[in-house]
Amino acid sequence: MLFQKLSLLAACALIVTGPALAGEANVKLSYIVDHPAIDAAREGMIAALAEGGYEEGKTMLLEVQSAQGSMTTQVQINEKFVGDAPDLILAISTPSAQTAMAATKDIPIVFAAVTDPLAAGLVDTYEKPGRNLTGSSDMTPIGKHMALIKRIVPGVKKIGVIYNGGEANSIAQVETVKEDAAKAGLEVVEATAAQSSAVIDAARSLVGKVDAIYVPTDSTVVSAIEAVVRIGQDADLPIIAADTSSVERGAIAALGFDYFDIGHAAGEEAVAILKGADPATLPVRFVDKLDLYVNPTSAEKMGVTLPDDLLAEATKVVK
Amino acid sequence: MSLFAFMGALEAGLIFGLVAIGVFLSFRVLDFPDLTVDGSFPLGAAVAAVGILSGMNPFLATALAACAGFAAGYVTAQLHLRLNILHLLASILVMLALYSVNLRIMGRPNLPLLNSETVFTPVEALPLPHMYAMPLVLAFAIFAAKLLIDWFLSTEIGLALRAAGASPRMAAAQGIDRNHVLPLGLGLSNALVALAGALFAQAQGFADVTMGVGVIIIGLAAVIVGETILPARTMFLATLAAVAGSLAYRVTIAFALNLDAIGLRAQDLNLVTAVLVVAAIAAARSRGLPGRPKLKRRETTNA
Repeated sequence: MLFQKLSLLAACALIVTGPALAGEANVKLSYIVDHPAIDAAREGMIAALAEGGYEEGKTMLLEVQSAQGSMTTQVQINEKFVGDAPDLILAISTPSAQTAMAATKDIPIVFAAVTDPLAAGLVDTYEKPGRNLTGSSDMTPIGKHMALIKRIVPGVKKIGVIYNGGEANSIAQVETVKEDAAKAGLEVVEATAAQSSAVIDAARSLVGKVDAIYVPTDSTVVSAIEAVVRIGQDADLPIIAADTSSVERGAIAALGFDYFDIGHAAGEEAVAILKGADPATLPVRFVDKLDLYVNPTSAEKMGVTLPDDLLAEATKVVK
Repeated sequence: MSLFAFMGALEAGLIFGLVAIGVFLSFRVLDFPDLTVDGSFPLGAAVAAVGILSGMNPFLATALAACAGFAAGYVTAQLHLRLNILHLLASILVMLALYSVNLRIMGRPNLPLLNSETVFTPVEALPLPHMYAMPLVLAFAIFAAKLLIDWFLSTEIGLALRAAGASPRMAAAQGIDRNHVLPLGLGLSNALVALAGALFAQAQGFADVTMGVGVIIIGLAAVIVGETILPARTMFLATLAAVAGSLAYRVTIAFALNLDAIGLRAQDLNLVTAVLVVAAIAAARSRGLPGRPKLKRRETTNA
C-alpha cells in the first residue's frame, strides 16, 4: 500500500518537474553539506539574485539540492541539473563546484565559498577564469590577520596556532599562516587538538613559548574558544581570532567576514551572467568587506591595551 | 528524471559496484565487518591522482591505487590477527589512520586532475556521446572485474577463503589457516574499493580527502538491496546482485532528487532515499521473493 502511494507521489513529482516557463530564469543550486556558513552563503546568493531582478518563485525558477555530505550524491545532483538544462548552475563549496564542472562545459556555473579556486582547478586565473565558471572565494585574509597581531601586540616575535590536525581545511590554513607569518617576520609554534576537550591542553602547551595565540577558523578550536581565552587570561597571552564570533566569546580581536557577503558577491556574478555576461571573463571575487571586532575588556585581562586608532576603526566594540 | 541524470546514475552505480563487491567479500564471504573501506576509497583516489599528476601512465597509477588498497586491508587483517584487536576496532583504526595518510599522499586536501590524461581519456575517442560511452565502458570493465573475482573464489585459495569465512572451525579442521587467508581476502576487498576510488576520482576530475565519507554505508546498502532484488545461490549471481544493488541504489537517489516538486526540500534527501530503499525491499518481499539467501551457514558456538 505504502509503496503504491509512494510510487504515485513520485510519478506526480516526475510529471510536475517540467521545463521552466518562458521569461523565467531556470536556476539550480546545490551544496555539499548543511552547515551554518553554507546556509548564509546560500541566502546571500538568493538575496543578490532578487536584487538583480530574479526573485525566487516569481521571475526565477530555483531548485535547491543538498548532497547531505556525500560526494557521490553531489555528482548525481549535478548530473540531474545538467539533464534539466537550466540557464545557470550555482555551487556552494569546492566539491560541489568541481563535480558541476565535470558534468557540463556549456551551462554557466557560479560557485561560492570555494577557498582556492585556482588550486581546485576551477579557473585559469582569478582575473580571467577562461571557462564556464566564475564565483567568489572565502579565502581567509591571513596576511591581514598577521598585521593585526603586530598592531595589537607590540614586539611580538612568536605566535602560537591551535588547530585540529585531522581537519583538512585547518591544515591548509596553517600552511598559509606559516607563509604569511614568515613574511611578517613572525615565527609560528603549532599546537594541535583532535577534539574540543583537548583544546585547553593545546593552549596550555603554548604558554611560555609564544607572545600571542592566533585561532584560525577551525571548528574544533572555535567550539572551545573559552578554554583558550581562559589560558590567555591566566598567562597574559593575547588571543587573536580569525572569526568575529570568537570576539564576543572573549578573544581580543578578529578581522572576519560574513558568509552572506561571500554568497552575495557570487549572486551578483550570477545576475550578470543571466543578463548575458560571459563567465570566462568575469573575475573571481574575494572578500572585500572585512569586519573588525575588538574586545577591550578582554585585552585588559590579557595584559595588552588596544591602540585608540584601532578602536576607532572597529566595526564593533564588544563591551 | 532526465536521460542525462539516469546515465549519470548508472555511471556512479557501476563504479560503486566495485565497492559493493568488496563489501560483499568482507561482510558476507569472510564474515568480517570491515570499515576500512571509508579510508581505502579516498586512498585509491589519492594514489591515482598523485600518480597521474606526477606523469605516470594512468593505468599504472590506477593499478598502484588498487595495490595501496590491498595494503590497507592487509594491515586491518594483521591488526586483528596478530594483536587480537576486535575486527571492528581494527578496521576503524586503519580508517582513522588513512585520513592522515591520504592527506600526506596528496599533500593537500583536494587535488584537481583537469587536463590530465586519465584511464577515461581513450573513451573520448569513441564515436559515442560521452554520457553513453562512460556507462558502457564501465559496464564492461566492472563485469570483467566481477568475473575475475568469481574465478578467484572458485580456485583452491578462493574456496579456502570462503570456507574460513563460513565456518572457521570447519575450515581449520580441513587444514585451512585463517591467519593466511584473511589478510588476502581483506586485501582483495579493499583493493576493489581503492580501484573504485581511483576510477571515481578520474571520472570526476579530482581527488578529495573527504571522498570516503559514508562509502561503507553505500556499499552495505547496495549489497543488501542486491540480495533482495536478486536472491542468489551461486557466487556468479551473488556478485552480480551486489552490482545490481549498487545500480538500484544510485537510480533511487536520482529518483529522490526529483521529489522537490511535491514539497520535499533539499534537507529531506537522505530520508527520501531511505524510504525509497525500504519501499523497494518491501515491494520485492511482497512479490514472494525470499530475503537474504542462505549462501552460507553461520557457525553455532555450541555445536
